Amino acid sequence: MVEDLIVNGNEEIDLNEEMKKREAFISPINERIKKLRTDCVEKRVAISTERAELITEFYKQNEISRHPTSIQRALAFKHLMENVSLPIEDDQLIVGLRGTGIKEVPTYPEVCCHNEEDLEILDSREKNPYKNDKEDRKLYEKEIYSYWQRKTIREKIFNSMSQDWLDSYEAGIFTEFMEQRVPGHTAGGSRIFSKGLEDIIQEIDYAMKNIDTNDESKKKELESMKICAEAMITYAERYADKIEDVLKTEKNEKRKRELKKMCEICRRVPKKSPRTFWEALQHYWFIHVGIVTESNPWDSFNPGRLDQHLHPFYKTDMENGTLDREKAKELLEAFWLKFNSQPAPPKVGITAQESNTYNDFCKINIGGLNEDGSDAVNDLSYLILEVLNEMRTVQPNTAVLTSKKTPDNFLDRALEVVEPGFGEPPFFNHDEIIKILLRQGKSINDARTGGVSGCVETGSFGKECYILTGYFNLPKVLEVTLNNGLDPKTGKKIGISRDEPFKFEDFQDLYEAFIEQLNHFIKIKIKGNDTIERIYAENLPVPFLSLWIEDCVENALDYNRGGARYNTQYIQMVGLGTVTDSLVSLKHNVFEKERYGFEDVIEALSSDFKDREKMRQVFLNKTPKYGNDDDSADDIAVSIFDKCAEIVEDNPLTPIRKASRRIYGLPTTVHVYFGSVCGATPDGRLSGRPLSEGISPVQGMDRKGIGAVFCSVCKLDHKKSGGTLLNQKLSPDLIHNDESRKKLRDLIRGYFLMDAHHVQFNVVSAELLRKAQEDQEGFRNLMVRVAGYSDYFINLPKGLQEEIIKRTEHKDF
Amino acid sequence: MLQGKIFDIKRFAIHDGPGIRTTIFFKGCNMKCLWCHNPEGLDESNDIFYYEEKCIRCGDCITACPEDALVMNNKTMIDRKKCSTCGACVEVCPTESLTRAGRDVHLQALMDTIKRSKIFYETSGGGVTISGGEPLFHFDFVKELAKKCKEENIHVALDTAGHIQPKRFKKIMKYFDLFLYDLKIIDEDEHIKYTGVTNRYVIQNLEELSEQGRGGEVWIRFPMIPDITYTEANIEDMIGFLSDLNSIEDIYILPFHDVEEKYKKLGRPYSLSSIDIRAPTKREIKKMKDKFSKAGFRVHIGG
Repeated sequence: MVEDLIVNGNEEIDLNEEMKKREAFISPINERIKKLRTDCVEKRVAISTERAELITEFYKQNEISRHPTSIQRALAFKHLMENVSLPIEDDQLIVGLRGTGIKEVPTYPEVCCHNEEDLEILDSREKNPYKNDKEDRKLYEKEIYSYWQRKTIREKIFNSMSQDWLDSYEAGIFTEFMEQRVPGHTAGGSRIFSKGLEDIIQEIDYAMKNIDTNDESKKKELESMKICAEAMITYAERYADKIEDVLKTEKNEKRKRELKKMCEICRRVPKKSPRTFWEALQHYWFIHVGIVTESNPWDSFNPGRLDQHLHPFYKTDMENGTLDREKAKELLEAFWLKFNSQPAPPKVGITAQESNTYNDFCKINIGGLNEDGSDAVNDLSYLILEVLNEMRTVQPNTAVLTSKKTPDNFLDRALEVVEPGFGEPPFFNHDEIIKILLRQGKSINDARTGGVSGCVETGSFGKECYILTGYFNLPKVLEVTLNNGLDPKTGKKIGISRDEPFKFEDFQDLYEAFIEQLNHFIKIKIKGNDTIERIYAENLPVPFLSLWIEDCVENALDYNRGGARYNTQYIQMVGLGTVTDSLVSLKHNVFEKERYGFEDVIEALSSDFKDREKMRQVFLNKTPKYGNDDDSADDIAVSIFDKCAEIVEDNPLTPIRKASRRIYGLPTTVHVYFGSVCGATPDGRLSGRPLSEGISPVQGMDRKGIGAVFCSVCKLDHKKSGGTLLNQKLSPDLIHNDESRKKLRDLIRGYFLMDAHHVQFNVVSAELLRKAQEDQEGFRNLMVRVAGYSDYFINLPKGLQEEIIKRTEHKDF
Repeated sequence: MLQGKIFDIKRFAIHDGPGIRTTIFFKGCNMKCLWCHNPEGLDESNDIFYYEEKCIRCGDCITACPEDALVMNNKTMIDRKKCSTCGACVEVCPTESLTRAGRDVHLQALMDTIKRSKIFYETSGGGVTISGGEPLFHFDFVKELAKKCKEENIHVALDTAGHIQPKRFKKIMKYFDLFLYDLKIIDEDEHIKYTGVTNRYVIQNLEELSEQGRGGEVWIRFPMIPDITYTEANIEDMIGFLSDLNSIEDIYILPFHDVEEKYKKLGRPYSLSSIDIRAPTKREIKKMKDKFSKAGFRVHIGG
């Protein structure tokens, strides 16, 4: 066709040149930030033993046990904030770090405790290591592990789970989020930026007056919150003192002035509410560090709608003449690096070997709508886009919230950032996010001030505790169905068996057997979730985080016990594309066209298509596939998606938090692990290969372009989930000029008008990725979109690298 | 029910007019341009493509063929003279190494497909592009299709080479909002030499559009082929001719690239393979662009 004529027919693209072009985009605003960025990016990640030592030392004191758990936790937090070291990075403008320095990551032995072997794996593994030495390991073995063994949350969880649950977990039907990291999954709202700790303490005192005096538990909750509030003030004061010390020896006049200013700021916030742009950033950051020191919540913590929260400070400072755009950008870039200095806490056990990223999933939202429904894009939204474009670090992640009212210009600038191809920023439909939140019963204001955190998770920012409990392997459920309740990998019976296997009358009969099996496993997962919710409520309150999520103080109830205004619990469904294509293939090839007998197919699957390549090719090529706007395939995806939502949502509210139950459609990197436990599938996928990710079609099976993918995924009712993830890979020459970029923008607009939730783009060629696999050194800076985050390509495990290469590279819409 | 013969529908096309479009490729053409890059659009009858690299040599196609037109000789060989393009081989081929270009479509089914992308036409200012082959070869069907699109308020572009009697062209032109108009060679003899037909209608129809004041709705598409269309004389002629017309402003240069592979897959002789033909260089494209720009045109590369 005509477009054939315009490809770079007579020009070879030099891959090294392309890499250089990408690197040229990294251009922090000035030398200071450039240096800070280099220090931060190049610093290797290490274990910091300090937190583990401090918390162990604290709990070893005998008198601790006389306090109720909430007070114990508060005193532990106090002990930490009074004793952790206070690193100040040379030339930084914001202080406070979790751990003892840049990328020195603490551990949380009370949740899950590393032993000598875990640390060795972390130190020596090829990808994403956490460096530690012999002495650290000895210390952990002697002091830390010996104390926490049999006391950790992780052990409590595994010891409380039923045999059904353990079998399903081992078979890879689902994973468990809370076995190494604690509930969190939340973002700050306006409360953080408008209140100082003194204000919060007043609220606590007020709440104390209003509770039933006999309610000991509530009294203790409030007491514990107050202890934490005061501990954080102490932490900031300690920093102010430390800066004064540094000042004594500082020679540089300019830096001296800066340090003086920083010292003043630390004396002001977070005790009192911030007044200036700089104070607001420092204020937030202290709170952020507090939350991630108290525990290791999932997705770290998020500043939420940063452009909205900071705008009043920005505006006032600009009007006063105390801030200009350049200074604001410098501060934002310094702030940006604080996130990148805090990699995800390391895992233990087998997951330590498999864990795939340093990314801790902090997400900054920009754009979207205001509380009153008007367009919220402001100058800071643009400024943050510029910062993202210039910094290009693994963290923080961003989200461009798009509504019908979002100006074209803003989207065009965002797409310009996408173009050099590091996967950021992703695009979200704010109109749809609001509808999702309204469907869940949030007020219109609480819906509009919401956004997305983690990967694609919708939440009412600052007001909701929305907990992800684990990934759920849909294709594995089909495999168990086809094997009459057996897991062919282990030979164990884990599902429901029928008396007469392989006698499915018609497709409907098979489909219903699958749904029955789905129901069975979701039930097991949910039962486990309830037990785990109780374990956290009883053992791991988070009084400091509770200060910042409305209405924990007012309710005198911890975040982990249902104190937040809204409570939600999620299961993340994985492999929708693979399970759809597999069911469609059985429907089409066995029941409709009668190309193959059912048992014949089962046999071919169990032998991984050995000597059955022709059959596999028919499954791959002559069978309708989800993702091509073909109703005969897409309708099955819709009914599975609906059914998942229905089964999960039908459960009563959770016992402690009274949370409603919902589904997500996001995979992070688990589709690789889930694929590894799944035998060959009827869509033609070979045994052990990755599953499809998010709600994306199976890799390489979307053959009709991005537009058709959009049409397919929009048949799903996205409102029935809390967020869905769609990855699309674009060929670099597809959006090389203004006109094609505008067309992509219009395509996204159409996609969002059809009520989609999210889309993100990798602009990268398979050739470049292959080259990077061979010549790692030259491609150290090559960042790609993985799932709801970006990461350095060469740091990804091989399986994931291959999966990304296999995704369809759209050369056209 | 009206039926048309097409060889492809490209949804979400971005190079065939403004915005995001659905492009319908009609089968059959009344020109035989030596460089044609859509050879499957030349004949109205079906074509069979064979992609050797996808073939797993299972031999199913050989047994399926009712005409005994296929043999396996390390790969599938098609005796194109025997082949009736019935598609029996395509049906059984597990890897899609055999595919068929050409199918009959009903107007209503085509409209259903077109309407599926309506939301994208609206966000992008796109619509439908009727292309080919030569779409006007299917005069009645194309007229009805364009009418139906109008009823649905969908923008319609016609991608034509303009070789049709002016009387007929006049009858159909009112149904289109935009013309992607191929202009190849101005000299009549040269035109006959390379396309097999005179360019008299091509010129007259373009003049008619211009006279009716619709020059602004014409995008000239110029296939740039060194030594054939891209010659000093032809460029001069083009500029001269187009400058005399009213309000034609946009010129799209389509730089030639080799498509011999595609002819091989179709089992068609590629006339240019005997001629020393090459793609234009970047410098030549730039030079060409400058010339047209200087003459007052808006010049676009590709599309």
